[in-house]
Amino acid sequence: MITRLMKSVRQYKSRAILTPVVMVVEAAMEILIPFVMTLLVGVIEGAQEEGRNLVQEDFVRIAIFGGIMFVLGLVSLASGVLGGKLASEASAGFAANLRQDAYDKIQTFSFANIDRFSTSSLITRLTTDITSVQMSFQMSIRMLVRAPVMFIFASVMSFIIEPQIAWIFLVAAAILFVFVLLIMNAAQPSFRQMFKKYDRLNAVAQENLTGIRVVKSYVLEGPEIEKYQKATQEVYNYSVRAEKLLATMSPVVQVIMYATMIILLSVGGVSIVGGGLRIADLTGLLSYATQILSGVMMVAMVLTFIAMSRPAMERISEILSEESTIKDPADPVFEVRDGAIEFDHVSFAYRKGGEGEDVIKDVTLKIASGETIGIIGQTGSAKTTLVSLIPRLYDATEGSVKVGGRDVKEYDLTALRDAVAMVLQKNVLFSGSVAENLRWGKEDATQEELEFACKQACADEFIEQLPGKYEYDLGQGGVNVSGGQKQRLCIARALLKSPKVLILDDSTSAVDTKTDSRIRAALREHAPDVTKLIIAQRINSVQDADRILVLDEGRVSGFGTHEELLKSNEIYRSIYESQTRGGDDHADAE
Amino acid sequence: MPMPNNMARGGRAPARLDANSKKIFSRLMRYLFVDHKGKFIFACVLIVVSAFASVGGSMFLGIFVDQFISPLIGQTDPDWSGFIGALCAMGGIYLAGVVCNYTYFRIMVVVAQGTMKRLRNEMFSHMQTLPLKFFDTHTHGTLMSRYTNDTDVLRQMLSQTIPQLINSTVTIVGTFCMMVFYSATLTLVAMIFVVGMFLFTQKLAKRSGGYFLQQQRALASVNGYIEEMMSGQRVVKVFNHEEKAKAAFRTLNEDLRVNATKANVLTNVIGPISNNIGYIQYIIVAFVAAFLVMEGGWYALSIYGFTQGLSGALTLGAIVSFLNFVRSFNMPIQQITQQFNAIVQAFAGAERIFEMLDAVPEDEGGDVTLVRVTKTGENWYEEREDGELWAWKVPDGSPAGHHFVLLKGDIRFYGVTFGYEEGKTVLHDISLYAKPGQKIAFVGSTGAGKTTITNLINRFYDIQSCTITYDGINIRDVRKSDLRHSLGTVLQDTHLFTGTVMENIRYVRMSATDEECIEAARLAGADSFIRHLPDGYNTMLTSDGANLSQGQRQLLSIARAMVSDCPVIILDEATSSIDTRTEALIEKGMDKLMEGRTVFVIAHRLSTVRNSHAIMVLEHGRIIERGNHDQLMAQKGRYYQLYTGKFELE
Repeated sequence: MITRLMKSVRQYKSRAILTPVVMVVEAAMEILIPFVMTLLVGVIEGAQEEGRNLVQEDFVRIAIFGGIMFVLGLVSLASGVLGGKLASEASAGFAANLRQDAYDKIQTFSFANIDRFSTSSLITRLTTDITSVQMSFQMSIRMLVRAPVMFIFASVMSFIIEPQIAWIFLVAAAILFVFVLLIMNAAQPSFRQMFKKYDRLNAVAQENLTGIRVVKSYVLEGPEIEKYQKATQEVYNYSVRAEKLLATMSPVVQVIMYATMIILLSVGGVSIVGGGLRIADLTGLLSYATQILSGVMMVAMVLTFIAMSRPAMERISEILSEESTIKDPADPVFEVRDGAIEFDHVSFAYRKGGEGEDVIKDVTLKIASGETIGIIGQTGSAKTTLVSLIPRLYDATEGSVKVGGRDVKEYDLTALRDAVAMVLQKNVLFSGSVAENLRWGKEDATQEELEFACKQACADEFIEQLPGKYEYDLGQGGVNVSGGQKQRLCIARALLKSPKVLILDDSTSAVDTKTDSRIRAALREHAPDVTKLIIAQRINSVQDADRILVLDEGRVSGFGTHEELLKSNEIYRSIYESQTRGGDDHADAE
Repeated sequence: MPMPNNMARGGRAPARLDANSKKIFSRLMRYLFVDHKGKFIFACVLIVVSAFASVGGSMFLGIFVDQFISPLIGQTDPDWSGFIGALCAMGGIYLAGVVCNYTYFRIMVVVAQGTMKRLRNEMFSHMQTLPLKFFDTHTHGTLMSRYTNDTDVLRQMLSQTIPQLINSTVTIVGTFCMMVFYSATLTLVAMIFVVGMFLFTQKLAKRSGGYFLQQQRALASVNGYIEEMMSGQRVVKVFNHEEKAKAAFRTLNEDLRVNATKANVLTNVIGPISNNIGYIQYIIVAFVAAFLVMEGGWYALSIYGFTQGLSGALTLGAIVSFLNFVRSFNMPIQQITQQFNAIVQAFAGAERIFEMLDAVPEDEGGDVTLVRVTKTGENWYEEREDGELWAWKVPDGSPAGHHFVLLKGDIRFYGVTFGYEEGKTVLHDISLYAKPGQKIAFVGSTGAGKTTITNLINRFYDIQSCTITYDGINIRDVRKSDLRHSLGTVLQDTHLFTGTVMENIRYVRMSATDEECIEAARLAGADSFIRHLPDGYNTMLTSDGANLSQGQRQLLSIARAMVSDCPVIILDEATSSIDTRTEALIEKGMDKLMEGRTVFVIAHRLSTVRNSHAIMVLEHGRIIERGNHDQLMAQKGRYYQLYTGKFELE
């Protein structure tokens, strides 16, 4: 998993490798400078021991040590600054690469892949998860090498000065390491639970923001506040528990640190008096003790941090290693001959294997190029699923779907989807102007082409009314236009692709009957060769189609002209009747 | 959790904070003090004690060698009692420090988390009281980020920055005192560096604070873009737009990378820089100290009499101790400067949170309330729980103080004119009446004012002049919550909450039994699809019922309205996504829902409104035709044109 993620380091590899190296130099300086300091202090202390004042020679020696310290300080400064710079460049760069890689990968996802992850989880993975990985990456390259090196340097120095005392440090370090890991381990589950409670808390806030009208309509402010307070209480409970566990960390560290010092002072003091150690050695040992212990703590902290961000890493690597369920064939066909469509014993289930129920059951039908087909059926009759198989948004589980006489799996995906334009039921427009959104259909479309497409989709009239017309900004998700306007823009956008097959999936539900029929008339006139599949709820919208497909629970219930179906198909007839029945049928009408 | 697309936040310069920061700070302190005054003060005392203990410890360490080891050197039979005593004293000081440290840490956890809990609860409770106008003028993203990012930086400041600042300040003061005690002259030398370093790092920190805000802005736009594109991912696929989507993302992502790098570099280098300035300071102080006491050094230059006094007290041992303090002096200063980012961000967050808390809430409305009553003859009795009837309790000047008006559902508009913004009138002179049990429909194009009319009935928005009455009472006099209790509203944009299907249906009336809910679902035509869900009525719905189709969600909303049992029902495009056949199937249920109730219907589909008692055709905020279906058809006006498809609705 980690190697999977590390692939995204790329151009920052040299920085990522150089950072620990530079940090090691800094660590070395951190060790050397105190050492020189003790030498410097030693000069003064030496004079003190001899019971004399400082003389010129001492001053020169102090100047020399000061000079060395200054140079070392400069090296330390340079390596510290360089390390900091490299580390942030590497980690921010790595995060940017990772984000881009994950994002790019998602672009290759098929609809089935997207279904598997859900939109909101994809968003979380690309945002918070990446930030968390970035943090642990930076900590790792800065500290994971530096801290152990620091530890080793300081230990070596201590051993040089006095092996017996150095052993004390190592024992203290081991105890500290174990304690820190134990505490962190104990706190981790609480932290995880706390994060879960946070998610819940935010979900409640989010739901209330989007559903505020429902809440207010039914005067549910009270219960909602209660719900939220319960969630904050839970967050409180878990965070207090987790943080209290963490609170034991600093006293434990301090106790071990202070105990080490007192032991050092007593053992060292006895040794000095006995003539073993020099006073300067004791000062040196004191600072090494601090460095050894803080090195150990650093390592433990970084390890914990990495462990905490492990779920985030897993989630990101899940994206990166997800294989698109739909792939280009080895030897793709780039030319779609025409808009003829054929379903040959097609079955489909969203979940493969025994788990999922077949949503489409053994559908066989043929549609000639240029035909207009209406598709009708109840909510849940798999109308959308059926047409999704044509541009290969999903692959049929059994049987084959053919466009232009060839199996859709033989085509280059881009070529296929360029030839098959689908206006989705859940229409989405993007931030940007009307023209920018329309040009999704054809990047280099001229103004005339845009206007022509809009005219066919009956969108031209309202666009003319917009301030700025084609340059009008639609806002995020197209919030600045009404539902019906959005639908017409989406149709225009699809028309700009000049497809061979055009699928309108309930794309005119918010458009009034008259405009709806004008759009259909325009399509008939201007795109006679395009195969048009129109899913609709209104009989009006499909009545004048060449043929109408009636779906019932994933099966073809009827396929024929309006008149034929009225005679032969019960479902069609009942839909027809439900929509044409007069007001007089209602007993309560006055 | 999706991060909000909050563009506004980055634009705010940190400089603005200075003006407000005092106010924000004192307000934050008030929050800390509400529940935890004693605890907080106690914790502060503990922090001070623990800081003093750590200063005392290092002071002890400084003199330990001089006082307790050196004298023993060379003695044949050293007296260890002083040595042991000093070690014990040191242990005692350390122990006191550790105990204080541990205790304050634990207390601060409770204080910080408790304060956050209070703040969150207050934010949420306050948000519930805000008028819809507030939600219209703020995007969900901006508001959501106040609950997430802004409270988070605030929590960090409370639990980490404040203790850190107190601790560092005490350490600085303590160390400073010790330094002055040893040598005022050397302290002066050290101080020059300290001040210089402080100014320098603060400047750096300020810059990085600015970069942090910029990083935040870049992050917000990347996250906003991600949110938009992920939601539209299917469209991207259908249009082969993947490469473009990647390219656009690359630009934003690069911007974020640049800003994140800048912000991080500055944070990363502040440490090494101040650390090394500390070394230089150490060297200089050592130099000066040595020069002061060196034979032929300061003495040679001592042409002024007072110089003797300056350096006289300085012993070599004192210099060694002093140098130790110089080393420990830099640490807390470095810590303070490193907290600067946290403070900048927390204040920016607090400012936004307070802005929300300061938003003016919706007023409660009038003092007419809705109560349950029983009526015996001419006498009304108010009941707590089980009165058979609902009535308006209207305060008046009578001896009883109030009289009751039976809740019937009679709504009248008297020449209502209204606009959401001043100068932009949406409704012109609307007069209408709906008698109890009538079904009133509104027909018209988008923006004609249909939804606005219903928004006025439930007082989501208040009319500036004119009157609307409910059972003869001006709705201005009715308490808003009671008014809304009497209205069952089904909106086009359904909203489901995290919870089971059953909980979502029961949502509007907690006392409803399972049987009532299932019956409502059955009438709403939702029963069959609910039974097909993996766990039936116990299926969990998440993210606004993402796994249901829009039609199914609408069926659930209708079931909800049935459970609510209100005398007035508002259906705002409530069946727009339900196919006509299903709509016909649930018609019986709908009839049951409307039976005996006053119903306002807004629908695009004319078949939905055909059987209404009165149909109002709205155009540009005016009622241009009214009557029942037959009358309107006979008029051959706009309704006739619409119905026969001769006129289109926009």
